Amino acid sequence: MRVPFSWMREYCDPGLEVDEVAELLSMRAVEVERVIRVGAPSPQGFVVGLVLSAEQHPNADRLSVCEVDTGEATRTIVCGAPNVAAGQTVPVALPGAVLPGGRQLGRAKLRGVVSDGMILSETELEVGDDAAGIMVLGDGAAAGTPLADVLPISESVLDLELNPNRSDCLGVYGVARELHAITGAPLAPAPWSEDAEADGDGEVGDYASVSVEVPELCPRFTARAFSEVAIGPSPAWLKARLVAAGQRPISNVVDITNYVMLMTAQPLHAFDLDRLPGGEVIVRRARDGETMTTLDGVERTFDRETVLVCDRDRPSGIAGIMGGQVSEVSAETTRVLLEVATWDGVNILRTSSMLGLRSEASTRFEKQLHPELAIRGQRIASRLIVELCGARLLPGTIDEAAEIPAPHAISLHGARLDSLLGVHVDREEAIEHLERLEFEVEPDGEDDLRATVPVHRHYDVTREADLVEEVGRLHGFDRLPRTLPEHADRVGGLSREQALRRRAEDAMRDLGACEIVSWSLAAPDLPDRLRLPEGDPRRDAIATDNPLTAEQVAMRTSLVGGLLDAARHNLARDADRVLLFESGRAYLRAAGPAEGGELAGAFAGELPPPACEPHRIGCLAVGAVAPTAWRREARPVDFYDAKGLLEALCSRLGAPLELVPASEPFLHPGRTARIAIDGRESGWVGELHPLVAREWDLPGGAGFEVDLAPLVAASRFGRERYEDVTTYPAVLQDLAVVVAEDVPAERVRAAVLEGGDELLADAELFDLYRGEQVGEGRKSLALRLEFRAPDRTLTDDDVAERREAIKRALAGIGGSLRE
Amino acid sequence: MLDRIEELKAEAEAAIAAAPGAGELEELRVAYLGRKSELTSILRGIGDLDPTERGPVGAAANAVRQALEGALTARRSELEAAELERSLLDDVIDVTLPGTPPVATGHLHLLTRTRREIEDVFVGLGYRVMEGPDVEHDYYNFTALNHPPGHPARMVQDSFYVDPKSLAEGIRVPAWAVARDPAAPGREAEEAAGPDALLPPGPRDVLLRTHTSPMQIRAMESQPPPIFIVVPGTAYRRDTIDATHSPMFHQVEGLAVGDGVSLADLAGTLQEAARALFGPDRETRLKPDFFPFTEPSVQVDVSCMVCGGSGRVDGGERDPVCKGTGWIEILGAGMVDPNVFGFVERSGYDPQTVQGFAFGMGIERIAMLKHGVPDLRMYYENDLRFLGQF
Repeated sequence: MRVPFSWMREYCDPGLEVDEVAELLSMRAVEVERVIRVGAPSPQGFVVGLVLSAEQHPNADRLSVCEVDTGEATRTIVCGAPNVAAGQTVPVALPGAVLPGGRQLGRAKLRGVVSDGMILSETELEVGDDAAGIMVLGDGAAAGTPLADVLPISESVLDLELNPNRSDCLGVYGVARELHAITGAPLAPAPWSEDAEADGDGEVGDYASVSVEVPELCPRFTARAFSEVAIGPSPAWLKARLVAAGQRPISNVVDITNYVMLMTAQPLHAFDLDRLPGGEVIVRRARDGETMTTLDGVERTFDRETVLVCDRDRPSGIAGIMGGQVSEVSAETTRVLLEVATWDGVNILRTSSMLGLRSEASTRFEKQLHPELAIRGQRIASRLIVELCGARLLPGTIDEAAEIPAPHAISLHGARLDSLLGVHVDREEAIEHLERLEFEVEPDGEDDLRATVPVHRHYDVTREADLVEEVGRLHGFDRLPRTLPEHADRVGGLSREQALRRRAEDAMRDLGACEIVSWSLAAPDLPDRLRLPEGDPRRDAIATDNPLTAEQVAMRTSLVGGLLDAARHNLARDADRVLLFESGRAYLRAAGPAEGGELAGAFAGELPPPACEPHRIGCLAVGAVAPTAWRREARPVDFYDAKGLLEALCSRLGAPLELVPASEPFLHPGRTARIAIDGRESGWVGELHPLVAREWDLPGGAGFEVDLAPLVAASRFGRERYEDVTTYPAVLQDLAVVVAEDVPAERVRAAVLEGGDELLADAELFDLYRGEQVGEGRKSLALRLEFRAPDRTLTDDDVAERREAIKRALAGIGGSLRE
Repeated sequence: MLDRIEELKAEAEAAIAAAPGAGELEELRVAYLGRKSELTSILRGIGDLDPTERGPVGAAANAVRQALEGALTARRSELEAAELERSLLDDVIDVTLPGTPPVATGHLHLLTRTRREIEDVFVGLGYRVMEGPDVEHDYYNFTALNHPPGHPARMVQDSFYVDPKSLAEGIRVPAWAVARDPAAPGREAEEAAGPDALLPPGPRDVLLRTHTSPMQIRAMESQPPPIFIVVPGTAYRRDTIDATHSPMFHQVEGLAVGDGVSLADLAGTLQEAARALFGPDRETRLKPDFFPFTEPSVQVDVSCMVCGGSGRVDGGERDPVCKGTGWIEILGAGMVDPNVFGFVERSGYDPQTVQGFAFGMGIERIAMLKHGVPDLRMYYENDLRFLGQF
């Protein structure tokens, strides 16, 4: 909303500079986004001139050499406009004046004649849009009069950023009312307080009729008729105001409808009464698929929820949004039917959004205007049409469906006001603020009051809290004390889950990984690129039905896509290795779990979440895991590097980890394992499938993805118990076990631990050997055994006995000791 | 005889101290303590002495022998240490070559760091942290946050709606929580089934949450007042990505409800937070604003951390960060709207008596202001040259 400063000051002038007014409005009422300058930067050097003579330029067909009285002197001015003529009163810029746009006017020689100034057009002054010739001012202004006294040639305009609740500030008078409430400077009487005199022949009902078939969507429809209308250009002051407010002047009747809308927020529409067959107006729902060409020349198709304003034969406009071409006011119009209606805001918003068509009218109607504004609009517009178009107003007003809501009153309790604001506001002060906003206020008891809401705030102010806002903002939110809530019993902190999530992220960082944040929405071809087969549950993504781009359609079911994208991005930009991780959610097609905590996707609230959103840690390495160093040979990441990172993560969380050989479509089939935490399947670890690596232009890579909730649930971190390992020393022994190649190391270790029983505290695999000494198809695993008893020092016999038991256990899996 | 022993001692000690190397030391040992040395002969000839002299001479000779052995050992260590020092001086490396990193230097994402920083500020002020789902019911995202039907923010162009066919088959929503178009087919039958009937979700019932505010409702449903929480999370809007907009972004929501919790408390709390995040000299100001779920609503500005609030940077130029105003908008806030309490009244929130405030801040924006990040897209590009700076 653009508010020309001089226009607003006509209603309320606190005597402040425009920047001060902008600041006050922003701090107390509505945000002024910026102050725009329309027209010349300064009115200096612009005067009214009288053209004394206009002669053909000796050297140029299209130029005239004029003698112009500018008050203090007679100047020779060369003018290129075809319409310049002796006797005209015209706007003149003198040498030194700075024109709109910033160019300073000098004395210039034009085809041999020195021009001592410039006669200006509306466009050059930015007070209208007529560029065809110079602007001719009405009589009355004497030559030499500062032009700014006649025209707003240097206008400051407040550009408001309005919130949807303040439809009242979509009119200049409404903004002036706010300025009055803030400063106390007097507010001019309402412009609608006086009506036009109706002296036309007959009365409106003789010429027109209105039938509203949808009163639920059209709470009021008023119409007045005018005869003897002379269509022509609007006077300069009106054009200047429209231009400053951002509207293009068209003709007097249309300009008046726009002007009244800009003043009051109420849109109006003028019909050529002679182009309305039988003077009939019908307001009805559109038929499904019904079409009409709007004023902008576009054919529109409607549905049943669209409300149309029709003549007897066809639609002539979309209610509250845009008129049609059929009954437009034109230069030939002599009789006008002026429509000022009220529409259902929700319906207008729906239709304008369905059609993708927003207009000055629809942005106002969609905020729900009060039906009372309609008659106010009629009164102001009637006076202007009579005054500026030489028209006669026919007696009477058609007023259909007039459902005027009754005013409502709200109580404001002093105690509640003080408690919500956190500061005491005197009742007298509160009353003053509300009365300036045109609430009718009655004191109620000692501390309370009752306020009747004015028409322009009817839908916006409905509860006590709304009154608190009005009083609070005019008291000044910026004047509130800065206090903290008094609740001393509240205890802040992270939950164990939240703290362990941070620990997991820190662990990944400390292992050398860089955290990424990637899109939750993925491209629809991601499952194919990951080679996920039909039936893989990860193809069943939660999808938006109105995606913004084809790249972001479905919620990710794994973190791997984002990691691959980020790896490719960096490798394409000269990184020779990447070690990335993401801490984020996957979005699965399942009901949200009822328990398991936030990391599992169990969130507070009565309704379970519509999807399952487990929090995960994903990791991907490409190139060497170890950082590049001048004396270290770079070795590309493999399965054991990825597993090492995963083990380190689990170790920092104090959670047990178990891996089972498995396959994943996007991973190397021989180098992949499923992660099990406490027996629960919790993710994958492995090397990228070469085809997937190639799809992302990667030389290879390895990584893992693990659900955080089971890791955190299994975490012993913070719950460790002291264990005595110093009183009775451990006995350390190395053991070499020879087994068949296909026996997994974990099975060997399990057999050793089984044989070692409770005296064997740990068995750590530290070497793997293959070669002639152990024979073809066999391998030797070296383990370091740690024997310990909690209550005594072990003897050689104790250990020897266990060793024998270990031997027997190993025999069970075809293994033997290499002694 | 005793005099001769003392003479020998002095002579030998001088020679040992002056010995330049291990070889010379060995020669001196042979000369003074060897089998053919004078001291050895003296000890060997003690038996030939007068019995009264035997004791004193023997003792003196043995003492000198021990002293000389000690002196030899000491001198040997001295010479060895000097030799080691000499050899170490030849073993010189270039200490300016880079060290060998044990692991690469990892980084948390700037958004994670900033989220934690905000969380920690409020944890310090006595708040707990809660999280909620990204895929959310319209009921929590709009209805219970007092976005009446037809509200502009509900319009399709702003929100990503979830295709109900892509949800799990068994998902049902109670009739009181669906957001049906009154003209939708089958609506009458649904209404007849009563508010608690469980319905399959329609095309406008589930969406990607457009803000973290839905968690206000979920949190209040789960516990009576007082409640002091912050909710970090991801949100989604149908905004084309550019330097200041993104279809996915991150917020921290705040909710403080309890006896007497006031707008002045909001002002004080957010001033503390602004100072913790942007420095102790920051000032804040509140301006009127509008959000459907708060009343009164305010915008909170912080004095510009670049120009210090003057609006001018070095040389008198207009500060581009605050556009010369000296103030920067950091968040929206307000007193929880009584209509919102109305939706959780059965959990102990009486709209007539309960009061509190709520706020929401953008993590991206806070990090941009703190670290001078010029373009929102950098957060999601995951370029290591960006990530490695923080």
